[in-house]
Amino acid sequence: MSDHKTMTLTLIVWRQKNANDPGKFATYTATNITEHHSFLEMLDCVNEDLILAGKEPIVFDHDCREGICGMCSQVINGAPHGGQDRTTVCQLHMRKFKDGDTIYIEPWRARAFPIIRDLIVDRAALDTIIQAGGYTSCHTGGVPDGNAVLIPKPIAEEATDAAECIGCGACVAGCPNGAAMLFTGAKVSQLALLPQGKAEAVARVKNMTAAMAECGFGNCSNHYECQAACPKGINVKFIARMNREFLKAQFA
Amino acid sequence: MILDGKCPTGPIEKSWDKHRFDLKLVNPSNKRKYNIIMVGTGLAGAAAAASLGELGYNVQAFCYQDSPRRAHSIAAQGGINAAKNYPSDGDSILRLMYDTIKGGDFRAREADVWRLSQVSNNIIDQCVAQGVPFARDYAGYLDNRSFGGAQVSRTFYSRGLTGQQLLLGAYSALSRQIKAGTVTMHTRREMLDLVVVDGVAKGITVRNLVSGELESYAADAVCLATGGYVNVFYLSTNAKGCSVTANWKAAKKGAFFANPCYTQIHPTCIPQAGEYQSKLTLMSESLRNDGRIWVPKKKEDVGKLPAEIADADRDYYLERKYPSFGNLAPRDISSRSAKEACDAGLGVGPGGRGVYLDFADSIKRLSEDTIRERYGNLFEMYEKITDENGYKRPMRIYPAPHYAMGGLWVDYNLMSNIPGLFVLGEANFSVHGANRLGASALMQGLSDGYFVIPYTIGGYLVTVKPGAVTADHPEFKKSVDDVKATNNKFLSINGKKTVTEFHRELGKVMWNNVGMARSKESLTEAIKVIPQIRDEFWKNVKVSGTGAELNQQLENAGRVADFLEFGELLARDAMHREESCGGHFRVEHQLPDGEAMRNDADFSYVGAWEYKGNDKEPELHKEPLKFETIHLAVRSYK
Repeated sequence: MSDHKTMTLTLIVWRQKNANDPGKFATYTATNITEHHSFLEMLDCVNEDLILAGKEPIVFDHDCREGICGMCSQVINGAPHGGQDRTTVCQLHMRKFKDGDTIYIEPWRARAFPIIRDLIVDRAALDTIIQAGGYTSCHTGGVPDGNAVLIPKPIAEEATDAAECIGCGACVAGCPNGAAMLFTGAKVSQLALLPQGKAEAVARVKNMTAAMAECGFGNCSNHYECQAACPKGINVKFIARMNREFLKAQFA
Repeated sequence: MILDGKCPTGPIEKSWDKHRFDLKLVNPSNKRKYNIIMVGTGLAGAAAAASLGELGYNVQAFCYQDSPRRAHSIAAQGGINAAKNYPSDGDSILRLMYDTIKGGDFRAREADVWRLSQVSNNIIDQCVAQGVPFARDYAGYLDNRSFGGAQVSRTFYSRGLTGQQLLLGAYSALSRQIKAGTVTMHTRREMLDLVVVDGVAKGITVRNLVSGELESYAADAVCLATGGYVNVFYLSTNAKGCSVTANWKAAKKGAFFANPCYTQIHPTCIPQAGEYQSKLTLMSESLRNDGRIWVPKKKEDVGKLPAEIADADRDYYLERKYPSFGNLAPRDISSRSAKEACDAGLGVGPGGRGVYLDFADSIKRLSEDTIRERYGNLFEMYEKITDENGYKRPMRIYPAPHYAMGGLWVDYNLMSNIPGLFVLGEANFSVHGANRLGASALMQGLSDGYFVIPYTIGGYLVTVKPGAVTADHPEFKKSVDDVKATNNKFLSINGKKTVTEFHRELGKVMWNNVGMARSKESLTEAIKVIPQIRDEFWKNVKVSGTGAELNQQLENAGRVADFLEFGELLARDAMHREESCGGHFRVEHQLPDGEAMRNDADFSYVGAWEYKGNDKEPELHKEPLKFETIHLAVRSYK
């Protein structure tokens, strides 16, 4: 509420009308921002002013605004999601900024993520990777009892660590090579760890890595920027596991 | 009109099996001749699209997000119920059915709830086979936890991420079918109209949210799995894109809207911090296991730091009013009590809209580490949003709109009163009655998607000729023209208020008058004021840009325009239901101790409303509810 001092901020925002427009930075002022505003609510305020002034509001992807849907896709001051540990843009709050700050806001930038408009990019390539094999081929119905196959707690926990990926693509945006290794490695590892996923492990890792290359993602050269950018703290050990799975698949 | 749910008769234990046997089948080689539209790809929609595609139907699936993996099912934290009885603690299909009927305050259909309880076990098996990493014990067996409204441990979970893991399971099954070519996925598309030909649902009009183009899709059946409508309150725990639009468009084409006044207000959410706030964040109600809820006894203490208020000056109101359930009283009761305390001027934090959830006693008893192990991620989330440390000072919580029990009316086959229009998951009204128990929403979405619609839709499709209507039928062009005219209208008004300003205004009216406690006066006020806001909206809203591009203002304008119509229906339903039940609390109808007072003699029915035009009152149709297996009783958790 208003018992706190308000901030005035300078925003330098990437504006791009559509995929074919070259795009450019534009400067805006955000006023009356409190430390309790979330980053997106700060942008909402700027947009309300723009709309009433008859100007085009800044377009950005968002939905759940609680850090789980993975729609957010903004690079803030050079860091995907703004650089706060394990935090998506929607959970980033303005108390992390100071009155008078200048903030640069850009979309995810990667060859595999064409810009649609302003801060919105096309991440269909991530779906394409999952469609290449990020599943078990079980039918609806006709599966065994959930307790028929035992999965010890440490295995289930490690699979869950990998499964926490929200598919936002920050790992790709953070990677100097525009690689989707952390995203793909997390799914390959989740299913390789679980007994349900082992039957198709060989085909899965081959098909998903091939899809990765076809979609225009780069390769991994161990910068670990992906792990630093990941709002769910997915560990690069899952890239290592995928590499092992890939190697095993060559001899299968 | 008296509505018939077409529920099977005979012993409830055999009802679903018998019904499945009685349903006609579509020959495998004929299935590929049928086209099915699936709008929405949350738990219900993704599960249904995947299962129907696998059966051999041609499925066209649609979502407004950039990927089917993002639907708001993903935000569910706690878990999913099933009657597995793995802990051997007395659970059974019948007990799950009993708890669900009672939890819903005897306002749901018995046959539907039996079926839900029966297939609950298949859901767990299905998800395990997909690689959903449920919590396990060290021996490798599935783990269970307890949830509200039940005396058994039947909730399966994956950390605080159960919804995410289940949705990603359904998304993976869907992805497999997209790859196989049985499902065509259309992302960034919003359904803006239902196309009805000769009284039968035959397709939809959607807006391509990137190009702005309006597109027509024809099919032999249309399924809506489009979620709930509590964003009518503006601030809620729903995602920003959640709307009533798909359902409301169907309602305007003749589908009946059932029990819109049954809305769930969840007690443990982080309070609103300011006027600019765009949504509310839920924290799992499991926190109430170890947290004690209180407000200051004296108004003059409200502004003090919590540590400065002596224990004797604190009112642990749930423990005082519900000594046997204490802080674990059901959701509707806990929410109402918090509102009462705040209305009495005892609320804490900004605007007096909060009560304390205090872990000090548990930390003293169990240690901070134990509390961190149990709820660490929730404390972290609380701190991110409020910048307060929940271990050091009590959290502040306040109730928030969370879930819609009401929805489009469907029969036992999940078909609405419009032939060919099916409604799944939160979008229909079927199983939760007037209040939903925790860990039951995920169960219903997946039940409808994996195990109900794949059977029941066949029984309908055998009665229609595949491909009888195509998108060149004049009704499709008319629908596109209508949508275009509405969008052009939004763009041409060029008024002085933004779409969000109108949405906030509506939300305030809904929350203050049609929220946790409703009265004849408050509802009269809402029914008077909502049309005024609506009129002003159509004269004074400002939507810039064009329709032929990505335009988020235009998207929101359509959604808010629909909320401005639907909100009035919600208020009218609440006005007509002269009783209190579950999430619907009328202050005129309460027992001397403040508990909800149902009126079974007059209101033991589903209220399904037929749209008659914006300036005309909707017409009420009733489906009487019969309770033959679970006997009507006063719902008591004391």
